[in-house]
Amino acid sequence: MTSVDTVSRVPALGIRLVALLFLSIILMVLDHRQNHLQVVRQTIGAAVYPLQVIVDAPFRLWEWIREGTTERNQLQLELSRLQAERLLTNARLQRMTALEAENARLRALLEARAQVRDEVRVAEIMAVDANPYRHNIVIDIGEREGAYDGQAIVDATGVIGQIIETGLTTSQAMLISDPSHSLPVEVNRTGVRTIANGTGEIDRLDLPFLTNNADIRPGDLLVTSGLGGAFPAGYPVAVVETVNRIPQEPFADVTARPEASLDQVREVMLIWSARAQDPEEAPDE
Amino acid sequence: MSRGATGRLPVIMTIIVSIMLMVVPLPGWAEPFRPDWVALTLIYWAMMMPRTWSVGSAWIVGIIVDVAQGTILGQHALALCFIVFVTVRFHLLMRVFPMQQLTATVFALLALYQFLLFWINGVAGIEVALTNYWGPVITGTVLWPVVMAFLSGIRMRVQHGR
Repeated sequence: MTSVDTVSRVPALGIRLVALLFLSIILMVLDHRQNHLQVVRQTIGAAVYPLQVIVDAPFRLWEWIREGTTERNQLQLELSRLQAERLLTNARLQRMTALEAENARLRALLEARAQVRDEVRVAEIMAVDANPYRHNIVIDIGEREGAYDGQAIVDATGVIGQIIETGLTTSQAMLISDPSHSLPVEVNRTGVRTIANGTGEIDRLDLPFLTNNADIRPGDLLVTSGLGGAFPAGYPVAVVETVNRIPQEPFADVTARPEASLDQVREVMLIWSARAQDPEEAPDE
Repeated sequence: MSRGATGRLPVIMTIIVSIMLMVVPLPGWAEPFRPDWVALTLIYWAMMMPRTWSVGSAWIVGIIVDVAQGTILGQHALALCFIVFVTVRFHLLMRVFPMQQLTATVFALLALYQFLLFWINGVAGIEVALTNYWGPVITGTVLWPVVMAFLSGIRMRVQHGR
């Protein structure tokens, strides 16, 4: 049955292996150390995209069927809930407009630079599992829509992560819970600035650089400080969960729980922050 | 010539399906135990058709996996290339192995594969929980007889069906 499959080419096999291993190593060095292979990735990514769409399709279909077959009274319930929610949000927004005007006046008084509103756009998370070694998600907005490396991603409750790789029509984003992700934050109550590191656990962030006498306590809200440049300032990140002061150590052991439910969202928002696109603009701190 | 062309398409389809299975979302707890479908599929075809499915195709498939998963470009390519080389090298031996022995060999190949990935991650400074390495080895070994039966069915149909 396998008369064709003989071992006549085994010597060439070793040479081919060595050549390919060598090629892999060159690729890895170029990719990891210098990020030169964006074009290669995008080209192959375009070929992989249909596969991702096919994998995503059943989940989308299921969602669509579920929406289509929802009972009428359930829809009405949902509608009234949403109307109530809208009323509340609108009421809050009214106050917000007044506050924003006041803020602009005060900033003008202080001769500080006016804060620019960020542009946002809704993206959907594709039901595709990416990198097994990282907390990554794939979203359906890519370079064609103007997404860029390092762009901030939030949902309705808080920061989710940032884009680490843009394809033509999809992008990969790293969640804030990834062990290699760090995010400059400040404590909303006191303005203490620090760094929030991902831990690899979806519901815990680490704040390793807070001294023992730092003014922080459980329940404090952490917001982005905007100091890293990637994230616009003022978005909620996490709530401090435990503060463990160890007398003989220089730093306290502080953990926080992300505000956004990182593993449950389906829709996220991409932020085009005015500052990130305009590097020469001085930070208005 | 025509035999090779028609014989290739089903194999390509199985490889595409295996790549898709690599990105199908799983619940969080099952994530580290996702079997490495691509490695299993390539081991099978390299064992059965080492002339057509050798290190070159493994390398190309590996690059596609790297892009699909967003890992370092070349990481899976290198690891797949290497285990497929070992498989091609010993394919005559592996074909006559009884099932238990073959499964044990596949276990060793998958372990080698994960070790290469682990090693590359280590050099690149990417920290990963150890479960992510031994999880796929165990589930892959357990599922090997199933994968093999399935792919054998396809191979039989391709080679004798017409």
